Amino acid sequence: MKSALRIGILVVCAAAFLMAGLDLSFGTPAYTDMDDYMLAHGQEETGSNNIVTGVVFDYRGFDTLGEATVLFTVVLGAGLVFRRLGKKEDEYEYE
Amino acid sequence: MNMSNLVRSGANIMMPFILVYGFYIVVHGHLTPGGGFQGGAVIATAVVLLMVAYSRADVFASIPKNVLKNSETAGLLLFIGTALLALTAGIAFFGNWLLGAGSLFGTPVAFGINPGDINTGGIIPILNIAVGIEVLGAMGILLLVMLGGMKGDAE
Amino acid sequence: MIENVPYFCAGILVIIGLVVIVTKKDMIKMVMGLALVEAGVNLLLVATGFISGGVAPIFTNAPSTAMVMPTVQAMTLTNIVIGIATTALLLSFVMVISKKYGTRDVTEMRRLKE
Repeated sequence: MKSALRIGILVVCAAAFLMAGLDLSFGTPAYTDMDDYMLAHGQEETGSNNIVTGVVFDYRGFDTLGEATVLFTVVLGAGLVFRRLGKKEDEYEYE
Repeated sequence: MNMSNLVRSGANIMMPFILVYGFYIVVHGHLTPGGGFQGGAVIATAVVLLMVAYSRADVFASIPKNVLKNSETAGLLLFIGTALLALTAGIAFFGNWLLGAGSLFGTPVAFGINPGDINTGGIIPILNIAVGIEVLGAMGILLLVMLGGMKGDAE
Repeated sequence: MIENVPYFCAGILVIIGLVVIVTKKDMIKMVMGLALVEAGVNLLLVATGFISGGVAPIFTNAPSTAMVMPTVQAMTLTNIVIGIATTALLLSFVMVISKKYGTRDVTEMRRLKE
């Protein structure tokens, strides 16, 4: 009974994910002005041949700033998790 | 526990090539596929190679404690500082104040399909280098902290 | 139908990841399931921006000017970095928890269960 319920939930979730794939059409995405604008004007506005880098560092610079901050915070968190309290018994510890 | 002499010699030979490839990806981030994050991750694999070939004590002894920490902080500060300097040029935060200025990275870019000139891009190469320094510091310090957190059975 | 295979692969990856997260009791396997979900999301994002006949949005010696969407690739780059960060932090937590309880099995950690 319980396993049948689990398999039923799994099948429903799988169908929900896969039915979404039927609606989309690969290779012909929805028309967006934003991407066309970036491809047409990105080179002169950001000065970068690589439009992806232009988007990451110029158009979405605040996003990248948050991304770098997340990486910094993760390093702080990992260093905090592995820190030693009290006396040091392991001389191999980093930090 | 050190690996055999063969593995250590192979790691010593591979190390400069990995570092040069990583810095190439960082510096050419505005011309070819790549950028700061990818290049920093490639450089961090050099730390993984050290961890594979050498013992834990040797790895900790060969990498000074504060280098990675300072490089991470310096990368983030360079990133924010470059973005802040745009305010002195009279444009918004993250504005491209070096674009077309004729100085460092200031050559006007050729529009359309071109072979690429590394001296273009304004602040984008500087931001790439800043992010590359930050990512290599962050990844290296994460790996070393997790290696140091393992209890002795990995020796 | 057959040209939508990337979307189905993304969906299957997400489903496998969710099943692994829900059913496995080893915490490292649960983190691996989360990484699978991230891989599925990345594949979905990149597949969404593909335009037939397009090349990578890089003008350096590009073969043509018909290019795929750059924004979703930038989002994928962000997602990869955030995914690496969260995976590293979760693995750090798993290491500390397994050191404290002596096991990685979530059903055997008594103080988490009661």
